[in-house]
Amino acid sequence: MGGNFAWVMIGCALIGAGASAVGVFSFLRKQALVGDAVAHALLPGVVLAFMFTGEKDIWFLFPGAFVAGWLGLLSIDLISKNSKIKPDTAIAIVLTVFFAIGIVLLTHVQQSNYGNQSGLEAFLFGKAAAMLPADITLFVTVDIALILLIVLTYRYLKLYSFDPDFAKAIGLPVKLIQFILSSLTVLAVASGIQAVGVVLMAALIITPAAAARFFTGRLSHMIILAMVIGIISSLIGVYISSLAVSMPTGPWIVMVLSIIAIMAFVFAPRKGMLQRSRKRKTHQVKIRRENLLKLFYSLEEKKQKQFYTRPQLLRSRRFRGRELELLLNRLLKKGLLQKQENRYGLTEKGRSEATRVVRLHRLWELYLNERMNIAPDHVHHDAEAIEHIITPELERELLKDLGYPELDPHHSEIPGIKGMQR
Amino acid sequence: MNDFWIILEGSLVAVSCGLLGVYLILRKMAMVGDAISHAVLPGIVIAYLVAQSRSSFFTLLGAALFGLLTTFMIEVFSKKARIQSDASIGITFTWLFAIGVILVSAFSGNVDLDQECVLYGDIAYVPFDTLYIGSTDLGPAPVWLQAINLIAVLILLRVGHRGFLITSFDPAFSSGLGIKTDTWHYVLMGAVSFTVVLSFNAVGAILVVAFLVVPPATAYLISKQVETMMAYTVLFGILSAIGGFYLATWWNSSISGAMAVAAGILFVLVFAAKKVFMRQQKKTTANAFDGKLEFRDGVLVD
Repeated sequence: MGGNFAWVMIGCALIGAGASAVGVFSFLRKQALVGDAVAHALLPGVVLAFMFTGEKDIWFLFPGAFVAGWLGLLSIDLISKNSKIKPDTAIAIVLTVFFAIGIVLLTHVQQSNYGNQSGLEAFLFGKAAAMLPADITLFVTVDIALILLIVLTYRYLKLYSFDPDFAKAIGLPVKLIQFILSSLTVLAVASGIQAVGVVLMAALIITPAAAARFFTGRLSHMIILAMVIGIISSLIGVYISSLAVSMPTGPWIVMVLSIIAIMAFVFAPRKGMLQRSRKRKTHQVKIRRENLLKLFYSLEEKKQKQFYTRPQLLRSRRFRGRELELLLNRLLKKGLLQKQENRYGLTEKGRSEATRVVRLHRLWELYLNERMNIAPDHVHHDAEAIEHIITPELERELLKDLGYPELDPHHSEIPGIKGMQR
Repeated sequence: MNDFWIILEGSLVAVSCGLLGVYLILRKMAMVGDAISHAVLPGIVIAYLVAQSRSSFFTLLGAALFGLLTTFMIEVFSKKARIQSDASIGITFTWLFAIGVILVSAFSGNVDLDQECVLYGDIAYVPFDTLYIGSTDLGPAPVWLQAINLIAVLILLRVGHRGFLITSFDPAFSSGLGIKTDTWHYVLMGAVSFTVVLSFNAVGAILVVAFLVVPPATAYLISKQVETMMAYTVLFGILSAIGGFYLATWWNSSISGAMAVAAGILFVLVFAAKKVFMRQQKKTTANAFDGKLEFRDGVLVD
């Protein structure tokens, strides 16, 4: 522990930061799994570097990994651009075939006389604790360099990621930008692989970006947030794994990362699952309420009677299970309905609300009929949906445009217009 | 005789994985096989801890359940949380795999289990896992299991081909017809996870993923119909198994790895051949337009 432990922590934090920053770009370009493929594609490079030099020194293995990762990326590009094979399949092909080549080389080395190769797996299967100070120095340097590179070329990377065609049209060196982006990916993966291993490298690239996306839509904010998530997860992961002897570092980093991400998916403001489902629910309640008020209004119109029993209501509109009962109770409480014995009827407040909804419905029908030339028997369905959404401003526009009409296409009265101020 | 069993096992895995892989590729879900093969690790560990044995039945059950859980989680992330599908795949399998590795390390003191032996099995050991009934030697157990699985896969394809096909090519249209798209999705993913799990115990994860994707993709290059694609997939799969075996014996290396490499070599060959062929065809057409070629009675004369 002690000095080396602190060094491992700093190393992992920077590795997390670098991978997260690069990951934002892969994520936005919908190439999240490219990182996974590159991580697997490094293997043959590492083994070949060992076979040629006979050294396990990181300064030899790293360039080997870099070249192999690059070749993997190029192959994905080549396959998906020159055939009808889709990018996801191309990624899967490169991943498996490159990794298999690596396995073949590795097993060949193991079964022949190449000297001691036993440390090669450590590079690939994630043993952060086994990282030597020299390894960490290299990874830290690489990650600082790639973060600087992102900062320096930020404007171009941003433009290219969102609109490559536009970038090309205004004369940016698209090939160069592409080269930089690919190199960033390969460097981030190659420097992170010893900390978390081949399989989990994908998480370091994808997960922080996906989590950050839930909080912001701005690229710069997203990168910073992803980096913060990457750094925090790395620090906590390293710390947890240091508590027990046999605990691996990489999986704990990914574990913390995933938990943060899943919390973001569920609880994030605005885009989180919880917020969205709550919003959907309030909207649904509003629709049901307005529909019931409308039902009362149309019954009044037809039968010239104010109060109705539950069976009478059920006869005019279908309700699921106890839906009607619950709705009636809710509207009673809100003062939109009143009850006489077992009959229900609109209050004044309820009637004005119902009038508003019916007016919007009929206005929209008229608008569709007059301005869009849609036949009167085709407009009801559309109006049924939009009546809940039209804002007061839009209503004013409609009224002005249609000249404060009093009849809808079915010759029913559009209520509440007569007394209206023009 | 051992050679025969290894090649047979390889071919069986190649055919059952390849046929299912055809649908995966058509559904743009090629990476799901890779995801499943890693995400089942916690299932295997939990099954082991519960049953206290490495009996293949419990392992298989635990793994298959986690395979389905994986596909379910991917669906939830992409449909409910609206995360793009490739990212949902990546997040799901890395998380489950991390849980698996942590479980392995937590219990490695009293458990004879490590991630390498679970995920990186090698086909070379297949012949030694012999199945006996009484004292009769029936050959290796994995081969029997794989054969049974292949038959099950073939029956499933025979029964469900039209369903898989229509839900692969036009999910919206098939929903419109009242076909249960989700059900077909989970049936297919169930078959994939079961096959993946059954196979990688014997031959290693990397070969399984390779057989799921590479032969079908090679076939995809040169076929216009799903049936043709399936036929080519079977052909390329078996060729990879045979070629890989001899590659490994010749160069002294992992047989599983070499079979995957052989599949890759076949892909490159077909890819290149198609490029050359297409270029030639283009040249012919260009020449025809330049008037360098002559047509007589509508037939090209050179």
